[in-house]
Amino acid sequence: MSDPVVSLHDVDVHFGSDGGLLGMFGGDDATVQAVDDVSLEVGENDVLALVGESGCGKTTLGKTAIGIQEPTSGTVAYRGQDVWETRRGQVDDGAPYADIRRSLQLIHQDPGASLNPNKRVIESLTRPLKKWKPHLSREKREARALAMLDRVGMQPPSDYAYRYPHQLSGGEAQRVALVRTLLMDPELILADEAISALDVSLRIEMMDLMLELQDAFDTSYLFISHDLANARYLTEKAGGRIGVMYLGELVEIGPVEQIIHDPTHPYTKVLNWATPELELGGETGGHPPVRSIDIPDPENPPAGCRFHTRCPEAREICRERPPTVETEYGGEVACYRADPDHEYWDSDPLDGVSDATGLDDAATSD
Amino acid sequence: MTVEPTDARTSSAESEDTIVELRDVSVAFPMGNSESRVLDTVTLDVRQGEVLGIVGESGSGKSMLGSSVLDAVEEPGVTTGDVMYHPPDGDPVSVLELSDEELRELRWEDIAMVFQGALDSFNPTMRIRGHFEETLEAHDKDEREGMERARELLADLYLDPDRVLNAYPHELSGGMSQRALIALSLLLEPDVLVMDEPTAALDLLMQQSIIALLDEIKEKYDLTMLFITHDLPLVAKLADRLAVVYAFELVEVGPTDRLLRSASHPYTRALLRATPNTHAPLEEMQPIEGSAPNPANVPTGCSYHARCPIAKSRCTEEDPPLMGIEDEHRVACFYPEEAREKVQFELEAVARGDDL
Repeated sequence: MSDPVVSLHDVDVHFGSDGGLLGMFGGDDATVQAVDDVSLEVGENDVLALVGESGCGKTTLGKTAIGIQEPTSGTVAYRGQDVWETRRGQVDDGAPYADIRRSLQLIHQDPGASLNPNKRVIESLTRPLKKWKPHLSREKREARALAMLDRVGMQPPSDYAYRYPHQLSGGEAQRVALVRTLLMDPELILADEAISALDVSLRIEMMDLMLELQDAFDTSYLFISHDLANARYLTEKAGGRIGVMYLGELVEIGPVEQIIHDPTHPYTKVLNWATPELELGGETGGHPPVRSIDIPDPENPPAGCRFHTRCPEAREICRERPPTVETEYGGEVACYRADPDHEYWDSDPLDGVSDATGLDDAATSD
Repeated sequence: MTVEPTDARTSSAESEDTIVELRDVSVAFPMGNSESRVLDTVTLDVRQGEVLGIVGESGSGKSMLGSSVLDAVEEPGVTTGDVMYHPPDGDPVSVLELSDEELRELRWEDIAMVFQGALDSFNPTMRIRGHFEETLEAHDKDEREGMERARELLADLYLDPDRVLNAYPHELSGGMSQRALIALSLLLEPDVLVMDEPTAALDLLMQQSIIALLDEIKEKYDLTMLFITHDLPLVAKLADRLAVVYAFELVEVGPTDRLLRSASHPYTRALLRATPNTHAPLEEMQPIEGSAPNPANVPTGCSYHARCPIAKSRCTEEDPPLMGIEDEHRVACFYPEEAREKVQFELEAVARGDDL
């Protein structure tokens, strides 16, 4: 078996505080542990969705995986080859850094912002191609771009190619962004909230398109979303995995059967609770199943299990860091509750944790 | 922080009084020699104490519908028709005929509005406290009493009143500032709260938390709510009734459960089917074919006919009016039975008993 497209080992990414957005939390030289000790792999034709609340580090982890964010410690490898050593010229044989960068592409949340507003679509599409394949004639570059527009359903392509970004709808702009990455013949596309900005009614269509293109072009997706319903649709259809992040840590990862239908980590269950379902006789979910609805200060995350300050199941022992346990689905979870024999079960509940826990038989039991 | 279980559906049935009445309300923007109609003769009653969910895609006209309730459509848009506000105690008010001063009072003291993106609504150089004080002063309200209410509202929204009042807008997270904005909108005790995508751009957990909190404060403060969103599942559990907007028209309106169980407009059914969720089988989720028209070229006849799988020649010629099909359930389609039969969508009655 060949090496995974990307593999991350024990990756930390820490940022110095800029005193701006996070300045309210005080502390002059505090750092934010955006990503803390994460290891994961994305294989060929793989789909991995990362979910979590704003500030959980999912975007930073995604950028680290495609080699545009350097980790503070740990390694990032493309096909087994260290990305940052390659960049620093410390790898003699192997793929050049430019090839790695081209193989690992990115689609932003706001496609409008990633397209130059003063350039027609065709220019935005052919420019990166010119850089990558300078020998290709202008006609050939344009022909490729037009063919790819046609391929993603923008027909007739010449209609769209000569428009400016403001003349595209949100869904059309997102397709153009997808075309631009595909023209680079990527092996992995990081789609950072690429679906979230679209109307609910357009999301299935866009995800179907992404999957169809995956089949046609042999790409993998690292799909970042705060929406578990989108992550579920894409990964279940592709046979992929969902990774759940909380305050910089990967707390649970596994296939849809695990994350959606039989989650172990209380935070994964909370995310399931927060995902609206259409159902008859539904009522609002009542009180959110967390002890605090706001996320703690990321500069000063709780010790031990970082979720223990909000977790409805937290006990004294959760002030210590839980181990990562393998699940029956082949995934992993970082919670004492995954081990039925652990001393957790004899530990005292923390303040605000009720004895009769509501979470276990909850939204996730079927 | 204990919460009594509440049931929006039974509680609203106690009062059927109309509090806001829209009659043939249209909004048009001038465009060269013609005009662009972004809301087309909408007739709708909002009942005292209910939550009415207004659902539509971007650019469908749903925000115009919300703005027209407060005559808040921005220039050069022109709102026509009748918007009547029936205060719980007092004479009816014709909103579109109010003077600027009367409108200013109405917008805070009777019908308040919350938009998405609280940061844009707050003055970045003023502490949150200043926004509350300024509002009280502008309306000649007792500051002491008003700030007491402010604290209570903030606490009801699970915010620490002191910390939030002393903060500048940028010092609050998105979810916190959006809740602070909701508290501000309720400061002068309005009867009706119009919210346009109030939770968009927030995390799902915060969205659901806000929905749950709205359900609580609605009871406590005896509010009527219009909740405008593109996200049908989000509002479905909060709303007593749903109104679906497509191509600047109201295409279906009915009690939430009725509408989910037997949606009768082909568009509503397609919209329900196109909604990603975590439990329905994958093959039941299907995209809607085609795209919505822009105001410059709305098709003649039924505006959905070009995308509709059951459209007939009549649909291309005649614009179906909103017709009652069963108690309170109205739909703008000539063939509602065929729609239910041919546009597959079925919800299971879920008895999960999992309200946490």
